Amino acid sequence: MREVAIVAFGQSDHRRDSAEVSEVEMLMPVLHEVLDAVGLRAGEIDFTCSGSSDYLAGRAFSFTMALDGVGAWPPISESHVEMDGAWALYEAWTRLLTGEAETALVYSYGKSSPGDLREVLTRQLDPYYVAPLWPDSVSLAALQAQALLDAEDAEDSGADERALAAVAARSRTAAEDNPHAQVTGSPPPEALLNEPYLVRPLRRHDCPPVGDGAAAVVLAAGDTARRLCRRPAWIRGMDHRTEAHSLGVRDLTRSPSTRLAAERAGAFEAPVDLAELHAPFTSQELILRRELGLGEGVRVNPSGGALAANPMMAAGLIRLGEAAAAIHRGAADRALAHATSGPCLQQNLVAVLEGDVL
Amino acid sequence: MTPAPSPEVLQAPLVVEFPFTRSLGPVQSAFLTGLRERTVLGVRTTDGRVLMPPVEYDPVTADELSDLVEVAPTGTVTTWAWNPSPRRGQPLDTPFAWVLVRLDGADTALLHALDAPGPDAVRTGMRVRIRWAGERVGAITDIACFEPYDGAEGGEAVPHSGEFTDPVTGIVAPARLDYTYAPGRAQSRYLKALADRTTRGERCPSCRKVYVPPRGACPTCGVATDEQVEVGPRGTVTTFCIVNIKARNLDIEVPYVYAHIALDGAGLALHGRVGGIPYDQVRMGLRVEPVWSEDSRYPDHYRPTGEPDADYDTYKELL
Ligand SMILES: [Zn+2]
Repeated sequence: MREVAIVAFGQSDHRRDSAEVSEVEMLMPVLHEVLDAVGLRAGEIDFTCSGSSDYLAGRAFSFTMALDGVGAWPPISESHVEMDGAWALYEAWTRLLTGEAETALVYSYGKSSPGDLREVLTRQLDPYYVAPLWPDSVSLAALQAQALLDAEDAEDSGADERALAAVAARSRTAAEDNPHAQVTGSPPPEALLNEPYLVRPLRRHDCPPVGDGAAAVVLAAGDTARRLCRRPAWIRGMDHRTEAHSLGVRDLTRSPSTRLAAERAGAFEAPVDLAELHAPFTSQELILRRELGLGEGVRVNPSGGALAANPMMAAGLIRLGEAAAAIHRGAADRALAHATSGPCLQQNLVAVLEGDVL
Repeated sequence: MTPAPSPEVLQAPLVVEFPFTRSLGPVQSAFLTGLRERTVLGVRTTDGRVLMPPVEYDPVTADELSDLVEVAPTGTVTTWAWNPSPRRGQPLDTPFAWVLVRLDGADTALLHALDAPGPDAVRTGMRVRIRWAGERVGAITDIACFEPYDGAEGGEAVPHSGEFTDPVTGIVAPARLDYTYAPGRAQSRYLKALADRTTRGERCPSCRKVYVPPRGACPTCGVATDEQVEVGPRGTVTTFCIVNIKARNLDIEVPYVYAHIALDGAGLALHGRVGGIPYDQVRMGLRVEPVWSEDSRYPDHYRPTGEPDADYDTYKELL
């Protein structure tokens, strides 16, 4: 199989509100950052793929405006997914695997600040049985968290409210080293447990911050990747799986789609030393860790993860980018990156990245 | 080069609202019609499980499903979440619990609201029953909510024909989302200049083209445009069409002319209506200027200046 690697990664500073810039104005510095890193101009990229959502912008075909930022004239080879940019990266990866392209630019962005995110996300739900009830995203995650706390094997998975608070405290403390993070620093878990519930059993620290942000990566194949990057983050495998739409059909305490995607991506063939998990809610990290079999020796979300910055449509791509960047700088040799989409971990993508031993 | 002023952020309310009209398949039709008649229907899968709410395809095997069964209006909470501050559109306007409820006779759970006095009154495993809405139309909201119920589990799934008189065949699902639209730096500068009755474009530092209205980026070069350039007010009609359809809420007599107009100094044409001249005398190359109506924040239309027509070569790149 053709070798494909992530050779550059960039992201914006994630902020609660970025009303002073349009989507393309927010995105463009990030695009320039990754292109500059590999010394390419926009017109020299073979394939461009993006992820975003009209429901965040409140406008139809909003992604076409962002295309101005990549120099789409004269015409370029371009595609878009109405999803997190991690899935745009998957599309670009398959394009490179076919040999039709040597390099690809993948970017995604989302501004949650113009709307009410918890209401906006209800529009992705079953329109017949669920969306008319307007159940917001935090409430659905809370149903999943309660199921985890109630599960017969809760002790085995270590799921109690203190364990949730520990995930929050660890993530936001780690984010102190991440200059792009939106929320950094945390009181110890015991103190967090004194906070009021937002939607019980979730407290505010169990939930991701709402914010605006963008991310971009450059992919390259084989020798091109070696030429563009000192230590490319080779994509050894990548897979994504989805589960039933109806929440009441699923066992919300498990994530079989994550496990299967990880298996198909080759994640279990050798241990990883770092994992970037897209777990917007603390309870979801516990579920993912178990499905992925991540032991204590694996550094999980040293970036702070989605609990420190969760720009919609970009947070999953950022997990891939952060894992790749750790390989680029020699801080990891074999990393797992995960992205999720939909309510309660409905769809999951797993990639395994490796750096050459220098 | 004029340094770009840093305008205060422009913002305006933006409401996106539409009534989605959705048709129903046979299973969904039976389920929602059943709710109207206070009859709860699930569907049996080929391996004997009862899915409630029912779907037309088995999520595991993808088999088409049509074997309808009636289940009880009572059930058991499988998980819950206490919602202390209900939001617009949610089933109850007092604090309530979101619940997944497995109705007696079903193997899967339905999402809905539970009316309970407080979180201490809710637990996984508690028994609940449906509280029906007073007025039912064949929608998931025909279940007003669930309420606590102290009866034991009972009620088997029993076969049901799924036939009703006057079945519901579709739903109208209204959706409204409220946004605060902010156009960003480039368009804010453009709109602020327009309020002073000047038109401002932005020049690309690379290809030198002047974009109007500016969007902050040159789509050819993929770089930020930031040099402010005042363009117009006069311009040239580069191409046009004659509109014969009267738009709703638009008080303009048809036929009228809608044109691409290249303002003097601009690198591309914007569009606007041409007035002050019979529609069949508008032509490519016609020189025009904006007409502002009182209090308007943008030109109402463009009218002929009386100058000789522009030479084709002066605007052929802007078509
Ligand atoms: Zn340019």
